[in-house]
Amino acid sequence: MKRLSLGRMVVVLGTLSVILFAITIFALATGPSEVGFTDVADLLLGGEGESLDPAVRDIVLRIRLPRVILGLLVGGALASAGAVFQALLRNPLADPYVLGVSGGAALAGISVLALGSVFAVPTQSVPIAAFVGGLIATGLLYWVSGGRGRSSSTSLLLTGVVFNAFASAGIVFLASLAGFFDGSRIFLWLIGHLSAVEIDAAGIVAASVLLGLTTACVLSRSLNLLALGDETAAQLGVPVEAHRRWLLVATSLMVGAAVAVSGLIGFVGLIVPHSLRLVIGSDHRLLIPATALTGAGFLVLSDTLARTALDGRELPVGAVTALVGGPLFIYLLRRAQARGPIA
Amino acid sequence: MTALLEFKGVSASVGERILLEGIEFEVSRGEVVGLVGRNGVGKTTLMRIASAIQLPSSGLVRVEGVDIDTFTRRALARRIALVPQDLHVPFPFRVGELVLMGRAPHQPLLGLESEADQALALEALDRLGIRDLVDREITTLSGGERQLVLFARALVQEPDLLLLDEPTAFLDLRHRVDVLREVRAFAKSGRGALVVSHDLSLACRTCDRIVLLGEGGIVAEGRPGEVMTPETLRRAFEIEAEIFSAPDGQLVIVPRIADTD
Repeated sequence: MKRLSLGRMVVVLGTLSVILFAITIFALATGPSEVGFTDVADLLLGGEGESLDPAVRDIVLRIRLPRVILGLLVGGALASAGAVFQALLRNPLADPYVLGVSGGAALAGISVLALGSVFAVPTQSVPIAAFVGGLIATGLLYWVSGGRGRSSSTSLLLTGVVFNAFASAGIVFLASLAGFFDGSRIFLWLIGHLSAVEIDAAGIVAASVLLGLTTACVLSRSLNLLALGDETAAQLGVPVEAHRRWLLVATSLMVGAAVAVSGLIGFVGLIVPHSLRLVIGSDHRLLIPATALTGAGFLVLSDTLARTALDGRELPVGAVTALVGGPLFIYLLRRAQARGPIA
Repeated sequence: MTALLEFKGVSASVGERILLEGIEFEVSRGEVVGLVGRNGVGKTTLMRIASAIQLPSSGLVRVEGVDIDTFTRRALARRIALVPQDLHVPFPFRVGELVLMGRAPHQPLLGLESEADQALALEALDRLGIRDLVDREITTLSGGERQLVLFARALVQEPDLLLLDEPTAFLDLRHRVDVLREVRAFAKSGRGALVVSHDLSLACRTCDRIVLLGEGGIVAEGRPGEVMTPETLRRAFEIEAEIFSAPDGQLVIVPRIADTD
């Protein structure tokens, strides 16, 4: 019998941390200016990087490092939010982007940006607005799906499609009103990217992601039970309403923070939990922290690919994740339908 | 001695429709009580009320003499475990994991299951003869196997009262006997069980007392021999039935099927 022991958690999370560290070094070393892996590792571990050309050192620390840090935060947030949504909605197809929660967050975020250009609202309030937007979208989603935590894939997905269409229209409308006539900026926001990272938001983003993730980890056993349905969870001692509320706030916090700095990056919350479940199983006490670590690595790797694949021209990272996630989504939907109408 | 579970003047409605009125009975320690009646008469609703998933529209439900709504979910889960008819699990949890979830009400928020918890789970699987399923994914099991796993989970929960909603519906005869034997053993150890069943003969064999539900309320309540009469069965099920005594003195109930020609 495979029991989740502390030893197993340490081994799995330790291995994933080492892989994540290696990905971080790879991402920092990769780009038009070649840097050796050992130099980067030395810099990361607190070295002065004397062996490096000062200009190269600046590139690594001032250009690549902020982008990698935000990539780690955004990837971890989106992936673990996906895992939480899947358990709460009892549906492996749930993902913050597919469900339209990211769309709600983005719409609220862009509203503040648009207002900000008129009324001088500080950009630090964008993550807060995005959090509120994500929370409203989540609330609407629950309301539409009947609220009882079990809803058909069809109604969930339709709701997500409508939310996303509405949010995209709202974003384009607001951006035009506010005079963001630079179409490429709106395009980047809609497809999701890490290229215009604003480091002044990093503090609040990091705090939101860590707070949300901690909440999800603390309540991860309840997630196991909630995945069996509200009634079963209640009969096994879970205060269903309270824990679900905390978990929804936690996911909105993470999604809001992620969307505020990167726009609508899709499918990370679908790809990562699905792949991990195949390897480490479904116990959320291990799955949630493992998803955060893997999501962080996955997004940074995708972003490294996005900024180097086309030799000088950058792809938005959202295009990479969508190219991977779209086919996986279709596959999962097909499999769910083959298993029966409720899946 | 205070009853493990006590219904006092309980009414229940589903939506606008009043399903049951004036329900009164108890389950005491050492006792298996059967809940028998037609489809849709409110048996599952009573199970939901007994596990505080649904509130009665009026009346009182007491657990060990204390009003059920004064318990926290966790405190109640340490006293009462419910075995549902079936469970849809959307993720490939393993059987062992699912059975260990029965330990949840006994653990702190951040706890992992101990060796002792694991031993308890394996023992429960052993007693039901399904230890070989322990590493199987729950999504690959048959309905009957799933039902046994859910029963094992309820045993691992170590409650004082077991609520079983048609625990043997999908089971073959051998596993029916296994489950009912475990229910008897459970009650004999000073705890109690409330069992919904459609198999009247098996219910008579398993239960110390039977509550026969009809349209709107209780038709009869008492020892199987007192409750199961042609007259009460006619009122509860609208059928004609023969009631025999088996050589061991237990009741056997056989419905009469009218010829159509």
